[in-house]
Amino acid sequence: MSKRDEPRKEKRGLGRRDFVKLVSGTSAAVSAGVLTDADLLGAQTAARGKMSGPGAVPMALRVNGQQRQVTLEPRVTLLDVLRDSLNLTGAKKVCDRGTCGACTVIMDGKPIYSCTMLAIEAAMSGASIETIEGLVSEGELHVVSSAFVQNDAQQCGFCTPGFVMAAKAYIDAHPSPTYQQVQRSLGGNLCRCGTYMGVRRAVVEAAMKMKGGRS
Amino acid sequence: MADYAWPPAGKRGLIGKSISRLDGPAKASGRAKYTYDVKLPETLYGKMVLSPYAHAKIVRIDTSEAEGMPGVRAVQPMKEPGQEVLWAGQEVVALAAETEDQAIDAARKVKIQYEPLPHFVMDTEPTAAGANTRKLAEQVDGNPDQGFGQAEVTHEGTYGSAVINHCCLEAHGQVAQWEGESLIVHASTQNVSGIGGELARGLKIPAGNVTILTPVMGGGFGSKFGGDTWGLACAQLAKKANRPVKMMLERDQEQIGAGSRPSIYAKVKVGAKKDGTLTAWASESWGTGGPQPSGNPNLPYVVRPPDRRRVHTAVLTNTGPARAWRAPNHPQMCLITMAALEDLAADLQMDPLQFFLKNLSFTDRPEVYRAELEKAAELVDWKRKWHPRGDKTPGPIKHGLGLSIHTWGGGGHPSTCNCTIHPDGSVEVSLGSQDLGTGTRTVIAIVAAETLGLPLESVKVNIGDSRYPPSGASGGSTTVGGVSSSTRRAATNALNELLAKVAPSLGMSPEQLEATGGRVQVRGDATKGMTWQQACAKLGTAPITATGQRVAGARDELISSGVGGAQMAEVTVDAETGVVRMEKLVAVQDCGLIVDVKTAESQVYGGCIMGVCYALYEEKIMDQQTGRCLNADMEFYKLAGIGDIGEIVVHMMTGPGYDERGVIGLGEPPVVSPGAAISNAVANAIGVRVPTIPLTPDRVLAALEKGGKG
Repeated sequence: MSKRDEPRKEKRGLGRRDFVKLVSGTSAAVSAGVLTDADLLGAQTAARGKMSGPGAVPMALRVNGQQRQVTLEPRVTLLDVLRDSLNLTGAKKVCDRGTCGACTVIMDGKPIYSCTMLAIEAAMSGASIETIEGLVSEGELHVVSSAFVQNDAQQCGFCTPGFVMAAKAYIDAHPSPTYQQVQRSLGGNLCRCGTYMGVRRAVVEAAMKMKGGRS
Repeated sequence: MADYAWPPAGKRGLIGKSISRLDGPAKASGRAKYTYDVKLPETLYGKMVLSPYAHAKIVRIDTSEAEGMPGVRAVQPMKEPGQEVLWAGQEVVALAAETEDQAIDAARKVKIQYEPLPHFVMDTEPTAAGANTRKLAEQVDGNPDQGFGQAEVTHEGTYGSAVINHCCLEAHGQVAQWEGESLIVHASTQNVSGIGGELARGLKIPAGNVTILTPVMGGGFGSKFGGDTWGLACAQLAKKANRPVKMMLERDQEQIGAGSRPSIYAKVKVGAKKDGTLTAWASESWGTGGPQPSGNPNLPYVVRPPDRRRVHTAVLTNTGPARAWRAPNHPQMCLITMAALEDLAADLQMDPLQFFLKNLSFTDRPEVYRAELEKAAELVDWKRKWHPRGDKTPGPIKHGLGLSIHTWGGGGHPSTCNCTIHPDGSVEVSLGSQDLGTGTRTVIAIVAAETLGLPLESVKVNIGDSRYPPSGASGGSTTVGGVSSSTRRAATNALNELLAKVAPSLGMSPEQLEATGGRVQVRGDATKGMTWQQACAKLGTAPITATGQRVAGARDELISSGVGGAQMAEVTVDAETGVVRMEKLVAVQDCGLIVDVKTAESQVYGGCIMGVCYALYEEKIMDQQTGRCLNADMEFYKLAGIGDIGEIVVHMMTGPGYDERGVIGLGEPPVVSPGAAISNAVANAIGVRVPTIPLTPDRVLAALEKGGKG
């Protein structure tokens, strides 16, 4: 079953499609090319039945293969829901505005900064979210984590889970990176202790091992 | 008296090997629980209200509306009306609410009336700083006038380093939980044994009532020695609410007020004979560490001709206060000195390597520096790649090499270790120390396991808890010396007790026995003995606990202090855009006896990378108009990324001449030289000195435009 055929969860808030539909009803404003405050208010009122917040609302997230139900204000970020509600504290809060990568998780195969995505956005998209806690299988370290340990690609370790997730997503998409490619491709994660030399070696080594069929 | 000496080179099973850090798997799998990750049942979230003014008197604090906000459970003023705030971002009120967002909402409702006062935030020359200066007494050694009289060439220049931040990835903060009159604080601290007493004083409770827990921590670099105002406020909020309170600093607050490195600038005059021999030094320096004077540099650095004069003026600013930053003052002093010396060498048309080699007699350890400079030159290929100042290659891309040398003390802080041998053969070592990511936990395990002749995994290391015997704060590269000495002593003492119990059954005296390879046996005779487990079983039901102590200032054959270190940088500079690109940084470092080569090398890699950050990117930018910090975040406060550091080559000086000195700390020294070596490499590439680091494109272009004049 393709994604398109899946039964859509009820969408909350004023979606793009709803907005266009509502706006086309206010033809005078559209023909003038201007939306007045009253038009916007009308559009909002019409959509109120589907609006979320500002109070807590239920939402369902697919995290590490499990469906997780939470009831939170719509303003809560994906990072905060992972850390504070689901006790998945591997992703770290550092810059809290999409610069340092310490909060990196993988969403439908792509690395994202979870501090700059709302939890409700992740819930509504129905995306599959993978955190570093999901990498451990049967108590065994993931190949990427293990390569970080072997190459001492960590000191205080606060950037490490984000780096491991970014590296894993990168290797999944680029199975045979060179040392030079790794340098150019993992610029979205910052480390303060200065572990980049170990990270470069770890990523190349992990990629080679993953091709060997371990992951 | 027991013999504590390190085993000789041929008999070391673990010491000096390359061993992965013990907490590596927990960190790399996200399992490690940092202070920021602690979530106790019923925890409230704390937030602080910060002063928007750089300097103001507090007239009134009204928290009534905030107290009525949803979820708010406690409010704690951190300042009183009549008191002053001294920087924009200083804490005034703290509050705790059910969720972090509710706490933020409530903090916005706190009404504080200020009477703004004049502020000053710029680290300009003292003459432009008005009354905001404190001039220190001039220091004169030898006869500088005579020294300059002997000089055949003198060079004058101005050099400096901007204010930078610690930028710990785990922000400062803590979780405070009361149990009756006792307080448990999960704190991100470099000082597990020390901050409990400080918090207890503020709370007016006995020091023994406070427990500090820090199993892992996300970076300190010198900024996390104290209990801090927010630590006290967090405990007060928890008391008022009768609930645990978690209060971690937001990123802007971390950047503004939780630690910075003072700027130091200097006008330098340095003289030499035509053959390059230094004759005299004179410097007038200044810089800011915030509202209090700080950063008095002992110039010149490392290379100290006997005739010299220096005077320093502290510029006082309404900025977040300075805290110790990895090798306090050294990177700044190093830049000023090494840049001035390389400029003088350029005036003399000498290869700076030859110039430094010639003047090593003015250092504390000429032979070490000679060996390190020669090794670094080999690794960077100095002979082939160095050219006189100013790359004459056509086109905008200019290539250059630069060098620097540095020093640090190290030594060992006071430390007490308990080593417990259980009858089942298991071993624990317990210290109120902490692992900042340097590898302390791993080093302790290596020393204990080596001493007891056991595999590494047989030793359980208990640190990060103030209920263990006290150990010093992790600062000044003193931890590895402190904990390796106390652990070696504790493990030796415990082993001697065990051998005394076992000896009669072998019909030997305890001195004739040894513990090696997981066995207790007659020295050198594996056939006469028993397994470690069998030996420990002879303890019956009572474990042995022995104590080992590293006493402050005591002579200690296990450790030493004082290291050298040489670094050489290779850069390319785009003379059209001003962008500096790291090609290579070679670091040659000594640190006595290396306990774990892998984590030791990581310290040097890390120091070099941190050095690239402050050499090229880092700067805390203040705005005099508003009095505020303009880049209290991580997009405009720049750190190097994985592609910005070039290649880093680390060479550790080990073996005879180094090992027998014992263990010496390593955290600080490698971070000292990069700024100087990189600045020198840029000068070598473009032919003019960029006087101030970080070497941002605007500074590089300005220096090129000026053409080295003035």
